[in-house]
Amino acid sequence: MSDAETLTTTAEPTAPSSATAPAPRRGRRGEEITKILFVVPAALTIIALFGYPVVKNLVMSFQNYTLRTFINGKAPWVGLQNYATVVTDELFTKALVNTALFTIGSIIGQFVLGMLLALFFHKNFPLNGVLRALFLLPWLLPLIVGSAAWRAILEQDSGVLNVTLENLGLIDAPIPWLTSPDVALIAIILVNIWLGIPFNLTLLYSGLQDIPDELYEAGALDGATGWKAFWNITWPNLRAVVSVVLMLGVIYTLKVLDIILGLTQGGPANATQTIALMSYQRSFVEFKFGQGAALSNILILISLVFAIVYLRATRRQVDE
Amino acid sequence: MVTQQQRVAAHRRTGRGLRTALAIVLLALMLFPVYWMLNISLQPSGGTLPSSFFPTHPSLAGYTTAIQDQGQNLVTSMLIAVGTVVLTLVIAAPCAYALAQFRFRWISWALLVILISQMIPGIVIANALYTLYENIGLLNSIPGLIIANAANAVPFGILIMRSFMLAVPTSIVEAARVDGAGLVRAFLSIVVPISRNSLITVGLFAFLFAWSDFIFALTLTTKGNITPVTLGIYTYLGAHISNWSAVMATAMLASIPAIILLVIAQKYIAAGATGGAVK
Repeated sequence: MSDAETLTTTAEPTAPSSATAPAPRRGRRGEEITKILFVVPAALTIIALFGYPVVKNLVMSFQNYTLRTFINGKAPWVGLQNYATVVTDELFTKALVNTALFTIGSIIGQFVLGMLLALFFHKNFPLNGVLRALFLLPWLLPLIVGSAAWRAILEQDSGVLNVTLENLGLIDAPIPWLTSPDVALIAIILVNIWLGIPFNLTLLYSGLQDIPDELYEAGALDGATGWKAFWNITWPNLRAVVSVVLMLGVIYTLKVLDIILGLTQGGPANATQTIALMSYQRSFVEFKFGQGAALSNILILISLVFAIVYLRATRRQVDE
Repeated sequence: MVTQQQRVAAHRRTGRGLRTALAIVLLALMLFPVYWMLNISLQPSGGTLPSSFFPTHPSLAGYTTAIQDQGQNLVTSMLIAVGTVVLTLVIAAPCAYALAQFRFRWISWALLVILISQMIPGIVIANALYTLYENIGLLNSIPGLIIANAANAVPFGILIMRSFMLAVPTSIVEAARVDGAGLVRAFLSIVVPISRNSLITVGLFAFLFAWSDFIFALTLTTKGNITPVTLGIYTYLGAHISNWSAVMATAMLASIPAIILLVIAQKYIAAGATGGAVK
């Protein structure tokens, strides 16, 4: 960068008389190089932090890459063995089902609540902007902070949720939210819904704002108000935004790690084990990097399916 | 007629007042976990969790312990976050401008790559960076974590700043060029000041991304000499929690940047929240 700057600034004084003449050819080529230099740092970053990891993961997933590799530098080629090992692991099916349940449950909850809130805030009322902005707070907090707060709320014996439910007479015995295999997955889905509401609210709200008022005015003349207006005017016009919100939601939720580690660490009895968590544990707890890489590649493959749908949806949105 | 209108207006006003009231109730529900964090952080407690709704006998003991245990970690997080902001802006701003104004033929490909890169799971990056850092000695280092955090912030920053820089009029840049300014100088002295708002938005989000990072903190540190505060909270959160008020006090301290930014920089936050995903 600084090289490029000195290059152009020193080049200028040499041709002060030709200021009005078209730029000399050598200057043009220098300028093309400078233009490329604007992109080089970012291109290198993306190659180093995305290109390299994707390729490295792919290669590692075909190697017996363990802690020993760091000592003797040897990572023997094992073909598809890592994939075979992780897929036939009895945990894998459970993790896959949990990932699906966690993703579907989170997305439905976040989307429905986010949509209701977006419609609620779409009406004009005092303090609307300030109150809506404050809804963003859970999204801006570190995920591990959110997890800590919910650990306190969901605590079995003296957590405020159980205490309140008992005082209201809704339950007889405290519910072991995070320590029973029957409810732990539901509990982490609830926490993830809480975290996802701001994102859904914000994007859906800005989508609603982009629908012209005239459409509603014209619809009202034809008797389309309330639910009718929602199904006939709002929903069709919001469809592009909705598909973007849902696809991004799925892609973000598939890779969630922080909340599960903060709340349950995959337990109890693997009730909250997911593919992303399994990948983390293989790599960084058991130091079987080859198997961890295989799992994370499976995760990328699943994301990729949704990414393609997402890219088609955004392209359609751009075309419209 | 007039009274009829007045009645309708009054009716509408109460309706709007009711909406505000309902919005406040919903917001209170939404922010309850944050209140609960504050509440417990101010109550004297050890291994048992207090369940009273107000800190009737407030105590700062939790904060004293938190600062003793985690003060250094807060400083570490601050250094990493500031470093990430600087690195992100230096890398992403020129690229955003180039993709907005230079008419390269491959721009749509570049944008596609940037969009896809945002979908790569953090664990994939962590997996590869761990082995790389182990070899080049960046494991357990602040620069190592700054670079890893740039992975989250750079693609986002390019997209946000590019959509803003598309609107920079080419005529002002050209006027400066006629006056003899090189591309780099025109960028630094004209484009950057005009695009200040988008740079602030990206800077704030880069800060929040890095401050909130947990996955890189967890995977790219092994010795315990470099501990960002998120990792400190995670260690506190082990299977059995022995000091609830200290945990919640640390969580509150770790929430301060988000709260400050939401209060003083609301418009930038709103710009980043919608711009990053759709554009």
